[in-house]
Amino acid sequence: MTEPKLNAVGQSIQRRDGLGHVTGKTIYVDDIKFPDTLHLKMVRSPVPHALIKGIDFSEAEKVPGFVRALTHEDVPNNIYTILKLIGVGPDEEPVLAEDRVRYQGEQIAAIVAESPEAALEAAGKVQLDLEELPAVFDVEEALKPGAPILKEWGTNYFVYEGHHCRRVRYGDVEQGFTEADYIIEGRYQTSPIEHAPTETTGCLVKPEANGRYTVYTNTQALFFSLDNSALILNLPFNKLHFVGGTVGGGFGGKVDVIVEPIAILAAMKTGHPVRYVFMRDEEMRVSSTRGAWRMYYKDGVMADGRIVARQVTSYADAGAYNRHTPYAVTKHAANVAGPYNIPNVHIDAHCVYTNRQPGSAMRGFGVTPASFALEVQMDKIAETIGMDPWAIRFVNAYRNGDIKPHRKEVEDATLIETMQAAAELVGHPLPEEYKAMHSNDREGGNHG
Amino acid sequence: MAKVKGTGMAAVNYPTGMNLGGDPSQALIHATTTGTFIISLSSTDLGQGLKTVLAQIGADALGVPVDNVMIDTADTDTGPHCMGTFASRATHRVGNAIIMAAQEARQVMLDVAADELEVSPEDLETDGQGNVHVVGVPSRSIDLVSLALAAHFKYAKTISGRGMFMKPKSEVDPETGAMDPDSTEAHACTVAEVEVDTETGEVKVLSIKSAYEVGRQVNPALVEGQITGGSVMGMSHALMETTAPYYPAIDHSPGSFSDYLIPGPADIPVIESVVLEYPSSNGPFGVKGVGEMTANSPIPAIVNAIYNAVGVRITELPVTPEKVLRGIEEKNGS
Amino acid sequence: MPAKIVSFNLNGRETEVMIQPMTTVQNLLREQLGYTATKVGCRQGGCGSCTVLVDGEPMAACLLPVENIAGKEVTTLEGITPDHGLHPLQEAFFENFATQCGYCTPGMLIVSKALLDRNPQPTRDQIIDALSGNVCRCTGYEPIIQAVQNAAQRMNGHQGE
Repeated sequence: MTEPKLNAVGQSIQRRDGLGHVTGKTIYVDDIKFPDTLHLKMVRSPVPHALIKGIDFSEAEKVPGFVRALTHEDVPNNIYTILKLIGVGPDEEPVLAEDRVRYQGEQIAAIVAESPEAALEAAGKVQLDLEELPAVFDVEEALKPGAPILKEWGTNYFVYEGHHCRRVRYGDVEQGFTEADYIIEGRYQTSPIEHAPTETTGCLVKPEANGRYTVYTNTQALFFSLDNSALILNLPFNKLHFVGGTVGGGFGGKVDVIVEPIAILAAMKTGHPVRYVFMRDEEMRVSSTRGAWRMYYKDGVMADGRIVARQVTSYADAGAYNRHTPYAVTKHAANVAGPYNIPNVHIDAHCVYTNRQPGSAMRGFGVTPASFALEVQMDKIAETIGMDPWAIRFVNAYRNGDIKPHRKEVEDATLIETMQAAAELVGHPLPEEYKAMHSNDREGGNHG
Repeated sequence: MAKVKGTGMAAVNYPTGMNLGGDPSQALIHATTTGTFIISLSSTDLGQGLKTVLAQIGADALGVPVDNVMIDTADTDTGPHCMGTFASRATHRVGNAIIMAAQEARQVMLDVAADELEVSPEDLETDGQGNVHVVGVPSRSIDLVSLALAAHFKYAKTISGRGMFMKPKSEVDPETGAMDPDSTEAHACTVAEVEVDTETGEVKVLSIKSAYEVGRQVNPALVEGQITGGSVMGMSHALMETTAPYYPAIDHSPGSFSDYLIPGPADIPVIESVVLEYPSSNGPFGVKGVGEMTANSPIPAIVNAIYNAVGVRITELPVTPEKVLRGIEEKNGS
Repeated sequence: MPAKIVSFNLNGRETEVMIQPMTTVQNLLREQLGYTATKVGCRQGGCGSCTVLVDGEPMAACLLPVENIAGKEVTTLEGITPDHGLHPLQEAFFENFATQCGYCTPGMLIVSKALLDRNPQPTRDQIIDALSGNVCRCTGYEPIIQAVQNAAQRMNGHQGE
């Protein structure tokens, strides 16, 4: 069989959905309407850490248009299983809070009503009897003895196969530090931020005549959401039919399966279509953030610019629940030393729980904070030893065949070529020595 | 009391694929009776243009015009499993699945054409314009519509194919962290130019100029869309955004676009870029994921540029005017 | 509360609706009349996704009671889109890749139309000013600015300078 040529690949052809976008004909979740749809709004914790002593719905029930309330007792398997589906455990976040809440905004009860206004009014009239507990907000404070504990297993950190953090151990950093001409340290902190897509997270669930439920959703991962919903609701998987594929901005914020399970439950209980769409303040204050990250670097550097030892201790602020942060910490550990050839690397990457809005995936998950910290640290190194910032990158850049700290051989390396192209773009003159480098110029890599 | 300019750079890598792998995607292709190829998926387009680039990949893998290819997504009843759109995985994994499905469909297509043209399939090629013809003899050809009708109604063959791609799940050694986290690496190098107002602490980003290496650009305009949008989001991350202005305290968390700061059109810098292509060994036509990386390198480049301008190394994001002013004060010893 | 009847002109058609008091134009358009091109972004007046034109002026439909549009001309994206083909602004947005997820696009087109209707040859700064009430999280704004510049050229008879 002959091979096809490239005709379409490489061309700037017009977007398939472009005409729909410019005419307003593209359909998003909130544009889909069915008669007799009910609306779901959440009752959320006003405080960051508390025991739930009681919930009183009596005033809420009097609101005209109130249909029903849902609590954890209505949820067949009241636990998010998103980590199980990607092979990480344990799962520990309830769909609706049971005996306690661990962040301000955590969902406690769902109110279903005939209009969004009635649902909001009723949610506002639910009376919560909460016993506040001390809260912890700082990642290092959360790891100290005596800190308020968030998890049933008695600690505030995720356990990685028996360890309190994700470890990377390559070479011998202590030996590297003794050989180094300079020791350069740095502490870097990123802020939690919001995806802020123009379309908020949401779904519309429609009970079908044949006993199935069609879920119109802006999730970034349809089967992931379907599978998780089926597990939570103890439904055969083939009872659920997820429809989507057009998302008004995701950036990682629509992979937490946060609206579908409870909306499906409400549809099951009421027999009506149910809409659950985040309001903008929920999207900002409650939905997952990019969690904050704190990173400590200690580098051993030679006078000629080579980094011979890099030690990174980092703390991911997961917030109150795992979501996908344990996964990101592993990804972070694979990237936090940077695209550089360093013979001795020691990484301790922690996933820490605090009483805040949980973090989860966002564009660059785990790597964005690492790239920020390590590239500012590289400049600090350059300044300390009196080298040009470009030079410090060229001297340390990895090549194909090098071994990364997590022991994977480098392939598809193009850091050098990319830096050369950037220098040319901005008219920054590079010494001949750096212009002559390329990603295949180290014979045998750094195996030796 | 001045506006001081500074330049800074940053160089980064970004991995393609869900970390550690184990994230499959499938594709199904079938041709209608008149030669439209429908690629059924359950993948999501977040706006980056997935539905467009996948049609381009499908078209070239089949050897047909891109206008003959339709992408049907996303419905879990009709589209086969896809892990989702995240981790810069979609073009890579779904693209590979489509190529595999296209190879099967293409073989059926060529078999039917071979029977119609009375040659063997090895003697045929597609011209990408809607025809299958004998190699070197363009006049001995059959168009896609005729071919599809013949397949369905004369030979009782379905021009269809099935595809799946998964990078096998890697374990992680608990002691050493040894792992195989990604399929390939893309790279970026950004140079940022800023202007710092030493009286107010405000930072204006004048330009973000970058080189990106992405394996293969399926659609250069859409890659540029990621570069421009990502550069602005990176700038925003560096200078403006926070859900916890008094981190780690949870007070004063923003709840609207009035208090959650993101850039408006008056804030955007000059954005220039050059894109390199060093095809990856395992991406569809050498593709590497690009959607996330574009927001990463601008952040430290901007922070490094601020240092170059005023000698203040900010190590906590976002870089607020307050932090810049405090840094300047501290540096001046007041 | 007793319902009210409000008459206004929607996309060139005289329209009469019955609403609960203080219903927003956004809810009227999307829930009652089925015109969903006008989007919901925040319901706080902060993102511009719900922008419509009222007597030619851009207004946030999420904050606008239906009572306030009585007797006025309201234009939504459905009203700008011709039955066949595209308005030059839509063509320009399409060709300049000025949309990604598309969610901010209706609002961006509405404010751009209002701008070009009153100022057919705006400077770049004037375009930026007109777009400043509209959030876009995907494109970084630059292709949108260029699309408006391009549309202005088309509408003034220039073939791209």
